[in-house]
Amino acid sequence: MSTSALAIEGLHKSFGKLEVLRGIDLELAEHEVVCLIGASGSGKSTLLRCINLLEPIDAGRIVLHGDDITAARVNVDRVRSGIGIVFQAFNLFPHMSVLENVTLGPRKALRLGKAEATGRATELLGRFGLADKRDEYPDRLSGGQQQRVAIVRALAMRPWLLLLDEVTSALDPELVAEVLEVVRELATEGMTMLIATHEMSFARDVAHRVCFLDAGVILEQGAPDQIFEAPREPRTQQFLQRIVDAGRL
Amino acid sequence: MAIAVASTLVFFGALAFLVTRSPGWDRFKAYFFDWSLYRESFPEIAEAFLINVKIFLIAEAVVLVTALGLAVLRSLPGPVFVPVRALAIVYTDLFRGVPTILVILMLGVGMPALQLEGVPDSEIFWATVSLVLVYTAYVSEVYRAGIESVHPSQDAAARSLGLSRFQSLRHVVLPQAVRRVIPPLLNDFIGLQKDTALVSVLGVVEVLNQAGINEAADFNGTHYLVAATLFVAITIPLARFTDWLIARDRRRRQAGGVPT
Repeated sequence: MSTSALAIEGLHKSFGKLEVLRGIDLELAEHEVVCLIGASGSGKSTLLRCINLLEPIDAGRIVLHGDDITAARVNVDRVRSGIGIVFQAFNLFPHMSVLENVTLGPRKALRLGKAEATGRATELLGRFGLADKRDEYPDRLSGGQQQRVAIVRALAMRPWLLLLDEVTSALDPELVAEVLEVVRELATEGMTMLIATHEMSFARDVAHRVCFLDAGVILEQGAPDQIFEAPREPRTQQFLQRIVDAGRL
Repeated sequence: MAIAVASTLVFFGALAFLVTRSPGWDRFKAYFFDWSLYRESFPEIAEAFLINVKIFLIAEAVVLVTALGLAVLRSLPGPVFVPVRALAIVYTDLFRGVPTILVILMLGVGMPALQLEGVPDSEIFWATVSLVLVYTAYVSEVYRAGIESVHPSQDAAARSLGLSRFQSLRHVVLPQAVRRVIPPLLNDFIGLQKDTALVSVLGVVEVLNQAGINEAADFNGTHYLVAATLFVAITIPLARFTDWLIARDRRRRQAGGVPT
């Protein structure tokens, strides 16, 4: 009987000859916030996409709340409706208003009635300061607003687990804070989250645990203070040194 | 603006001068531009045109659906659907390759000749079927281009919410795809409307045959001009309607939220 929210065992994933994930083992406890850091191409995004079953895996297991979601004959649609993911490029539906973006999943995947889905969406939009945007179309919103809508869209499914894939990387610097604020709030509320990020001070601030991904493996993991103050692995030290040199920490 | 008007006037003035100065102009004018004959012939030819209108209205409604179905079949991913995709490709190759007039002739003459129980023997029916078959092939390619122009991340976003493959197609991919292909879709529909004149090869007295019959009676081509005017007259409103649809969609998405 496993108590972890998410358990990944020996996950391998290749694209053609390129082995992107080379044996990932990772566990998340309920209400835990884990940040994945590492250079571009280290496999952070691929790992998140594998967990959401957007990419078929080559070997290993992913267990969500005790259920092996990588087993054959799993209903992938049901699994996905319980895992929220927010993408770097927002991926809002441009032909739908904010409200329609947020209610689509609850209505079609969870089969909620219109009134209930709208109620759920309105409440969430209000909570994240987007109440007056509900009838706007995504093209009319700032990047920060779009990403907040994307987070609300994921939350409207009431997921067990939220995956954030570099959610601030496509944003202008002055819009980063409003999105990180939302994530911070979710962490406080106890949302279980796995966050791939380049925002080191944010990771340090919000994460219970930080994992350093390098060349498809988790090279080092630990409490934020340990990883950022006293990294043990030379590769971690190197990576963080480059971030410090770039003035990003 | 003034330059545009002046250059337009000069250009068309010169053109009109040249044409009306041509040696055969008087005979040409008498043959094609007999206005009293135009007025006299119009009601009869317009009535025959109703057959064309009926054919293209039915064909367009059917093609909208069948072409979408074919495009979706051809977009199905994975090895399981290889036979489906192959069939869709063969269909498209076949019906885009054979001249429309041949399809109309073969089905319009052939199917009634079979004298099969329960098989309609109306030429108009089979002509409509032929146009549907041919234009399904064309229009499905237009739809397919639209489907492929929607970035895969849109499908990924929909699937990550737990929508099924079909739900994602229905609510996320297709609405965007169809919006993008409205202009080329209209192009094909105008083509279809004009191709209803090909039904004349089956002897149906639609607009072209009616104009031909009238022309043979008094050796005047003004009847053809009537037919031509009718085709243009239905094309222009359709084009403006499409422009309006596109503009409305753009306004809605970019110039502010209009709750529907």
